[in-house]
Amino acid sequence: MSNLAAAQRVKIARMPGRPGTIDFVHNLFTDVFVCQGDRLCREDPSIFGAIARFHGKPVTVIGHRKGRNFEENMKCNFGMPSPEGYRKAQRLMRQAEKFGRPIITFVDTPGAYPGLEAEERGQGEAIASSLALMSSLTVPVVTVVIGEGGSGGALALAVGNRIIMLENAIYSVLSPEGFASILWKDASRADEAASVMKLTADDLYRLGVVDQVIPEPEGGAHVDPRPVYAAVDKAITRHLSQLSREKDLAAHRYQKFRAMGAVREEKET
Amino acid sequence: MQPLFRSRRDRLDRLRRQREQAVEAAAKRSDVPAGGSQTCPGCGRECQNQELVKTEYVCPHCGYHLPIGAYLRLSLLLDPFTFQELWPSLTAPNALEFPGYEQKLAAQREKTALSDAAVVATGKLDGRQAVFAVLDSRFFMGSMGVAVGEKITRGVEYAQKHKLPLIIFSASGGARMQEGILSLMQMAKTSAAIERFSQAGGLYISVFTHPTTGGVTASFASLGDITLAEPGALIGFAGPRVIQQTIGQELPEGFQRAEYLEEHGFVDQIVPRREMRQTLSQLLALHRKGVLHR
Ligand SMILES: [Zn+2]
Repeated sequence: MSNLAAAQRVKIARMPGRPGTIDFVHNLFTDVFVCQGDRLCREDPSIFGAIARFHGKPVTVIGHRKGRNFEENMKCNFGMPSPEGYRKAQRLMRQAEKFGRPIITFVDTPGAYPGLEAEERGQGEAIASSLALMSSLTVPVVTVVIGEGGSGGALALAVGNRIIMLENAIYSVLSPEGFASILWKDASRADEAASVMKLTADDLYRLGVVDQVIPEPEGGAHVDPRPVYAAVDKAITRHLSQLSREKDLAAHRYQKFRAMGAVREEKET
Repeated sequence: MQPLFRSRRDRLDRLRRQREQAVEAAAKRSDVPAGGSQTCPGCGRECQNQELVKTEYVCPHCGYHLPIGAYLRLSLLLDPFTFQELWPSLTAPNALEFPGYEQKLAAQREKTALSDAAVVATGKLDGRQAVFAVLDSRFFMGSMGVAVGEKITRGVEYAQKHKLPLIIFSASGGARMQEGILSLMQMAKTSAAIERFSQAGGLYISVFTHPTTGGVTASFASLGDITLAEPGALIGFAGPRVIQQTIGQELPEGFQRAEYLEEHGFVDQIVPRREMRQTLSQLLALHRKGVLHR
């Protein structure tokens, strides 16, 4: 694993040419049927959803979509979902559960959209109910953090039985810029923030938040994405096969997140 | 027979002593200033503290609901001598080794006499036993790190195990930045616990108080069977300043206030503080048969 500073990885994770959800979908899945709309309000393109085959078996694929050119970026709101996106994801997860399909999610977002309409339509409620739903799903859920894992907007697609993360992806409670501006009232200290936030794949593996780190070629996944697709394919296959032996997948997921964060307690008399 | 009775009596004595000590400790840690006055953030007028104690810290001039600490909140709700705090000494280590965090925590503890931002207790409201969790905005703005997440989760699990209804008062700036990704994970942990409790048939009443934003709004606070809010409370996912920066225009009057959420369908009712106890009592009574009997 290369020895890049956290701030350099932040830059690679956000690079425009970096493989996104759509690239992973095209390279890992076949028979892709795109599903749109939350059935309540509208279609939010910043979250991609589809039924597809993974090595021949039907699965549901959900992931953040940033778009690959400026026009797409605008359409996808740069990968910042609105409540409708999360509600569509919930709909597709329930559907996957109904038909016994495993769920693969790809995480790549700066965060949920902090806009007026998003608040008006309940961004907080949309994320909260996604977390609640994902935690209780009876089908296997494998999450791959491929780029930016920004805050609650990322977590809302990441309550998986397994969390895989690319070497140069990042995953954090807030963007380094936001973190620096909240803690030090100075967004320009983002690089410094990145170095103390423990947001790299390596850090998160050590903290027990991530189960597996996928190495990337020198310079990042965009330099040569093929070995990365192959490694992610292999990892998903392995985890799905392990999870197929798990009797109670909801309980497994519950215990996984239940264990996150150690506490201290005085002996009570 | 004799020894059996004695051991039972000893145990009851011990329980009674524990309860008394707990109440005493709560009183000691309560945050009621003895004398003086404070300026109401709503209308700018001076309010005598003596008067505010009587009005439950609601401004007598304009009805503004001043933020109150967790122990004071519980003392306004619980029947006398029924308060029993759960896991009072629980804290989280500086798992990310964030520079200066321990000192900051120590200063917050010194200032507030709280171990962290959440107080969880069991007690009776109008004779009905329930589990209560209250976030205290004086401690790190009520932000959720591992200690808050763990206490909330244990509170939910305790309610499920003992077949009790659950009432959570939220007041939070969101995730505890210094605990980074582990704070974020508490959103999943608490939401998962609430979902389990819900599937088991448990009643959860969520009360938003001023202000509740970020990771708490986007997790357990938004998952109530019944959702209440105090008048004027700021409730949202993103903070108003961030939204203003994003959209580059002034936010409408009343945006993200409790009344706005009620209008947009995210709150069942806005309940003034002085009616809260009665409202909760009514709700508990309405669910007497529905409290975790599945
Ligand atoms: Zn006033």
